[in-house]
Amino acid sequence: MPAVGNSVARKDGIGKATGRAQYADDITFPGMIHGRTIRSTIPRGSIRSIRFDFDTDGFTIVDYRDIIGRNSVDLIEKDQPFLAERDIRHMAEPIVLLAHEDRERLNAARVEIEYEEETPVFDPEQSPEIFKKIDIVKGDVASALATADVVVEGTYRTGHQEHVYIEPNGVIAVPEDVEGKKGVAIFGSVQCPFYVIKALRCLFGKHPPIRVIQTETGGGFGGKEEYPSMIAGHAALLALKSGRPVKIIYDRLEDMIATTKRHPAIVRHRTGVMRDGRIVAMDIDVLMDGGAYVTLSPVVLSRGCIHAAGPYRCENVHIRGRTVFTNTPPNGAFRGFGAPQTEFAVEVQIERVAEALGMDSVELRRINALRPGDTTATGQTLRKDTSALMVLEEAVRRTDYARRREQLKGTNRGLGLSLFYHGAGFTGSGELSLKSRARLELTPTGVRIATGSTEIGQGTRTTHAQIVSDALGIPYEDVEVAQPDTARVADSGPTVASRTCMVVGKILEGCAHEMKERLNGLSPAEYHARHGAFNVEQVYEPPDWIKWDDAAYRGDAYATYGWGCDVVEVEVDPDTFEARPVKLTAVQEFGRPIHPALAQGQIEGGTAQGLGYALLERVVMVNGAMANSQLTNYIIPTTLDMPELDVVMLENPYPGGPFGAKGLGELPMDGPAPAVVNALRHLGLDIREIPATPELIASCAAVA
Amino acid sequence: MRFVLNGTSTIVDAHPMARLLDVLRQDCGLTGTKEGCGEGECGACTVLVNGEAVCSCLIPVGQVESADVVTIEGLGDDHPLQHHFMNEVGAQCGICTPGMIMAALSLGPSPTLADVRTALAGNLCRCTGYSAIYRAVMKWRETQNASGPAPASAAR
Repeated sequence: MPAVGNSVARKDGIGKATGRAQYADDITFPGMIHGRTIRSTIPRGSIRSIRFDFDTDGFTIVDYRDIIGRNSVDLIEKDQPFLAERDIRHMAEPIVLLAHEDRERLNAARVEIEYEEETPVFDPEQSPEIFKKIDIVKGDVASALATADVVVEGTYRTGHQEHVYIEPNGVIAVPEDVEGKKGVAIFGSVQCPFYVIKALRCLFGKHPPIRVIQTETGGGFGGKEEYPSMIAGHAALLALKSGRPVKIIYDRLEDMIATTKRHPAIVRHRTGVMRDGRIVAMDIDVLMDGGAYVTLSPVVLSRGCIHAAGPYRCENVHIRGRTVFTNTPPNGAFRGFGAPQTEFAVEVQIERVAEALGMDSVELRRINALRPGDTTATGQTLRKDTSALMVLEEAVRRTDYARRREQLKGTNRGLGLSLFYHGAGFTGSGELSLKSRARLELTPTGVRIATGSTEIGQGTRTTHAQIVSDALGIPYEDVEVAQPDTARVADSGPTVASRTCMVVGKILEGCAHEMKERLNGLSPAEYHARHGAFNVEQVYEPPDWIKWDDAAYRGDAYATYGWGCDVVEVEVDPDTFEARPVKLTAVQEFGRPIHPALAQGQIEGGTAQGLGYALLERVVMVNGAMANSQLTNYIIPTTLDMPELDVVMLENPYPGGPFGAKGLGELPMDGPAPAVVNALRHLGLDIREIPATPELIASCAAVA
Repeated sequence: MRFVLNGTSTIVDAHPMARLLDVLRQDCGLTGTKEGCGEGECGACTVLVNGEAVCSCLIPVGQVESADVVTIEGLGDDHPLQHHFMNEVGAQCGICTPGMIMAALSLGPSPTLADVRTALAGNLCRCTGYSAIYRAVMKWRETQNASGPAPASAAR
């Protein structure tokens, strides 16, 4: 029986079900001490003085003067310091690090910092500094708007969102000697071990031996893409100064107040449409709040802008994007990476365009949905693996959409729909320049996968092993997966962007084919016994037809896209104005599922995060800091908040993916919010913002 | 301080106000019980005290004096519910799984889906959207009811 296409046992199932899986906080080292971060308590200004109001005996204390290399987290830019020197740009900015073996003494230590305060900027529309601008132009929007029968305008707002991985950020830095050189090993809850390597090489300048070992990771969702570089740097500084292993584990409050969030966005649309429903012009303005440092904002903006026109054909499109500085903690990667914001906006806009035309919104989507051969806003000609119509028709049929809408009239329930898509892998030429590598090692009993791709719950170990098993023609059980340790695995690029199964899985498939040829009919065990071990390593080669011009923002933005249509029925309590999703149907096409149960889990989990984004998850910012930084008052969906989920997985293989697979992880995040808000529109509530809290719904109901 | 931990009488030298969670993880070396929030909201630290599911981050160890405490380690690695969690992919990242399993153990013999949802309402999962967890728990109960309390190894 082939492994691919079957829901084989998860490689990590037993460890997780028994509690034996070792997360960062479960690990100790001899002589280990604990680290703590002293953070700014103002959003903007400068440090005047620092005073230690405790007996410093036995403490290791680090500030920026202990940094021997460069005080910069090396990401896209090098603007963010590991430790503030003088200037403070946001609340909870790290300033001083303390470590001690006694956690009670550590937590009791008081550090008094005096500041010179300056007036902070919180409103992105008033920001004096633009991190990145993007301009996507197709056709002539101005002329098309002038000749359109109807022009619809709208402004849409989305808030911050906190990842709430159930395991907060945490790492342990362990000093180690590597061939006589003083180095450090980082054990931690990380998505991208090689990002940490890059950041620490910048921090320590003279290249002390550094390796990063991923421990079992209790969720990431993008929240452990770039932030772990910061906390790993802190732990490493303390470890190298103290000469002892240092563990830093954030508690929930610190994690929520200090680490990245989803970028808030304001998206403005002007859509020109003809009476027959053809969309002829889309003029879109995207503003994202980047927070205090650049982090990944330019690429989040990029993905957001590329998806901003939605899965629709239109010959005249202008998308202007900018991401700006504010005095709030930097925003960063979060599942969907800019697309949930812009796809929310376009899908509510489409609903309003239909209303303006007096046309059924499904029919409007049907007329304009992207088909194979159509071109996107960046001028990409779509291929056969384009499924907008397929997912739309299946969702409409399965939910009996029109009839159900009719049935619900006059009740306190609304039915809404969203059509969405998500580009898989890095944008444009990103995969080409990444040059991701993967390695397969022959062992006495089978093969071992050695990549930097991390298991963060999505099933990396399992899907990769399935791909190798079938490509090599050996039992799934004979494939083992090495723990990512940067000293001994290949750099397969970051575990982000829905690329791990599709891109890294594809390299592994190639490795397996090469290995099979060398085995020449022998099983791995037979070959090993006769000839000994060997490794196969390959580099990713994107499809040769991909052409991308980064300067003009034209070309093939993604090698392929996943497609989705969500239909949700939402009930609004007439007294409390709470909106409760009752049933959600998620129809999604992502090539071919390598592991149907894992794929379904991605859709169900991503849908839950999307529903939280739509209705519950409001980050309240007061003076530049998250005021509800606890799970008592930042609410994510519980069992009782979740509707019945009906998941439909459709296939339309992507020839460039392993066994036809496309990326899936982020796609399910894009659909729920607009579907929910469109269901509220069905109830006559003109909502253009998320989260749609009871307060917001009440204010719309008062107007309606 | 004496209590019964996973069936074994245990003595720990801990301050009575120390969190049960810390005593389990640090003094007893049982790290299967996880901390997700430290304020009783996420349920990752759920253990059974005298058969009742509680958040061990909210319980001072003094409160379990002579009580019967069961953690995920107390199930061994062959409990039918663990197998159903594996088969139904009820665990993704796995950090909520021990608490989720312990909370589900407190369910009655023939729960409806609504009963399962209510019993697990205090346990947050950010990965699964809960559906796979319901499937695991419901199958576990269906199997048990079909065959009576079977030996653990037969449940797979």
